[in-house]
Amino acid sequence: MIAFWILAPIMVVSALGVLFVRKAVHAALLVAALMISLAVLYLTLEAPFLFVVQIIVYTGAILMLFLFVLMLVGVDTTESFVETIRGQRATSIVFGLVLGLTLVLVAGQITLGTVVGLEEANSGGNIEALANILFSRWVFAFEATAALLITAALGALVLAHQEKTVKVTQRSLSDQRMRDYAESGKHPGPLPAPGVYARHNAVDTPALLPDGTPAPSSISRVLVARGTVRSAPAEADRVEKFARELGEPQRPSTAESSMESNSDTPAASAEPGTEGEQA
Amino acid sequence: MSITPYIVLSAILFTIGAVGVLTRRNAIVVFMCVEIMLNACNLGFVAFARQHGNLDGQIAAFFVMVVAAAEVVVGLAIIMTIFRSRRSASVDDASLLKY
Repeated sequence: MIAFWILAPIMVVSALGVLFVRKAVHAALLVAALMISLAVLYLTLEAPFLFVVQIIVYTGAILMLFLFVLMLVGVDTTESFVETIRGQRATSIVFGLVLGLTLVLVAGQITLGTVVGLEEANSGGNIEALANILFSRWVFAFEATAALLITAALGALVLAHQEKTVKVTQRSLSDQRMRDYAESGKHPGPLPAPGVYARHNAVDTPALLPDGTPAPSSISRVLVARGTVRSAPAEADRVEKFARELGEPQRPSTAESSMESNSDTPAASAEPGTEGEQA
Repeated sequence: MSITPYIVLSAILFTIGAVGVLTRRNAIVVFMCVEIMLNACNLGFVAFARQHGNLDGQIAAFFVMVVAAAEVVVGLAIIMTIFRSRRSASVDDASLLKY
């Protein structure tokens, strides 16, 4: 009984959360909490087999499938809260209140008599008892389940199947690149690497062009969409300042090592300068 | 102990799931709300199995889980197909038959 009074509020709160959270991933996690709490409630209701099945099938399989599809569909698709049918939300909330009040009042008013309990039915073990019923009285429903599962698997295969398009080869990609260059002047080579010439050699720092301006094409557009790109121009000024401060003694030595690539030089000369500045 | 609290909880969860199906616009979240309703029914089944000392309720809950798994597989495949052609998982955008 203690388990029930602890878990029931958690379940109601997480179910209500599904109604109000904006992101579908959060809703999926709340449903996972609900399912696990429900599994524990099954344990208190003397259904150990369903406890295990609930965790394996619901939290293990179904919710993972939900999350998988969410990743495919795009996690950042937030839904619009604009009503397409006028007054639909208010109507459905009123409907929900009426339905909930009716159900709760009815459930609270009926007298169910004494609880028989499952000690007798589970005397030979819950799983054995369930198997006895499942494979005798419900065996045809069980067989029909097989047909249902095969149909569902086939249906999912057919629905998720995609006709293969024309195969993309290195040759066609190269031709396309040259065509783009001829038509729109798009650079045919690879995009610049991030972090080059910048103080941080990290993927979230745009590369700096020779004039000190950041090169936006060097940053992954995923990072831009997330808004986690560092600002490079300020760093660029500092790099220039350090280069000026350090000045002549280091310049010739780095310039002499001819094997060193051009991009490394300002960053290498800037690193000791920053440490000195902070100390 | 009485099973009435379990039935009341089941009713509350079912209602929340129903309201969610009616109000949410994202097809995947609508599906999750359907799952909540199915689970609420399962809780009722298992609670009544204990009330009557009869394991048929647990068998019913087991079958509900099987059907829910099959339904989720097909439903999510449909959602993916719609998303592929329409670039949206909103239930409002799948209104091609309206026009």
